[in-house]
Amino acid sequence: MTCSEFLKELTDYLDGAMDAQTKAELEDHLQWCHNCYVVCNTTKMTIEVYRESHLYELPEELRGKLRSAILKKCKCGGESKGQS
Amino acid sequence: MATIQPKVEEPAGDELRLVHAAKAGDISAFEELVKRYDRNVFRIAQHITQNREDAEDVVQDAFLKAYQNLANFQEQSKFYTWLVRIAVNEALMRLRRRRPERMVSLDEDIKTEEDSMPREVADWAPNPEQLYSQGELKEILGKTIQGLPTSFRTVFVLRDVEGLSTEETADALDLSIPAVKSRLLRARLQLRERLSKYFKNRVGGDGKQ
Repeated sequence: MTCSEFLKELTDYLDGAMDAQTKAELEDHLQWCHNCYVVCNTTKMTIEVYRESHLYELPEELRGKLRSAILKKCKCGGESKGQS
Repeated sequence: MATIQPKVEEPAGDELRLVHAAKAGDISAFEELVKRYDRNVFRIAQHITQNREDAEDVVQDAFLKAYQNLANFQEQSKFYTWLVRIAVNEALMRLRRRRPERMVSLDEDIKTEEDSMPREVADWAPNPEQLYSQGELKEILGKTIQGLPTSFRTVFVLRDVEGLSTEETADALDLSIPAVKSRLLRARLQLRERLSKYFKNRVGGDGKQ
């Protein structure tokens, strides 16, 4: 397996979405290719750091305001509710 | 190397019960759905629009639109996936309004050979969380993701931040599964490359710029 072939499979590998044989081939490549090991490891960390960052959290106060506004609009606009 | 675990999901049956009650006119059931997903919709909207006011408007408009069109929700997908589709469209509309000079489309597929080829291969140590304060880290992450093309950013946020499956992301964005996978790979690799500038291991340095 070449490094380009490894890269193409990286997303499925990180998501665990592959058959056992392909997974074994990728892990064999990771054993001896330091660069792909680092790319794989830091890509995994990229995903984790974004997932755990709480970037753009909705503050509770704003959350309450938005919810009231939504429900008010829903009640007012109830009569324009779409029909199937 | 361990794989990335998907987020735990709410039971679909419970969601469907709320949807049916809301369809029958029970506003408190709809309020429950708002409470359940407002944070997710806000996060998605702010990631796409990169603007706080727009994100607030998207939250309101997306839920209102969902409420007004509940009767048209066929229940072939999860309510959340259907809501995300509405929210993404609202967010893209606002982004286009704010940046009319730039092409904003989920179909954009900027393909260059080098955009996804790793150039930086230094490992990250210590962990980013140990290297920066929470505030600094948020600033770096926000600035970095802003630089991605809208289509890559949107796929990354739905798949990796919100934990939607590839199929749900394809459904919400009206893209094919190969298109989602290709954009996701390039988004992940481009973010990794750009973050390496801040997080890479530097022998003898403090890692900060």
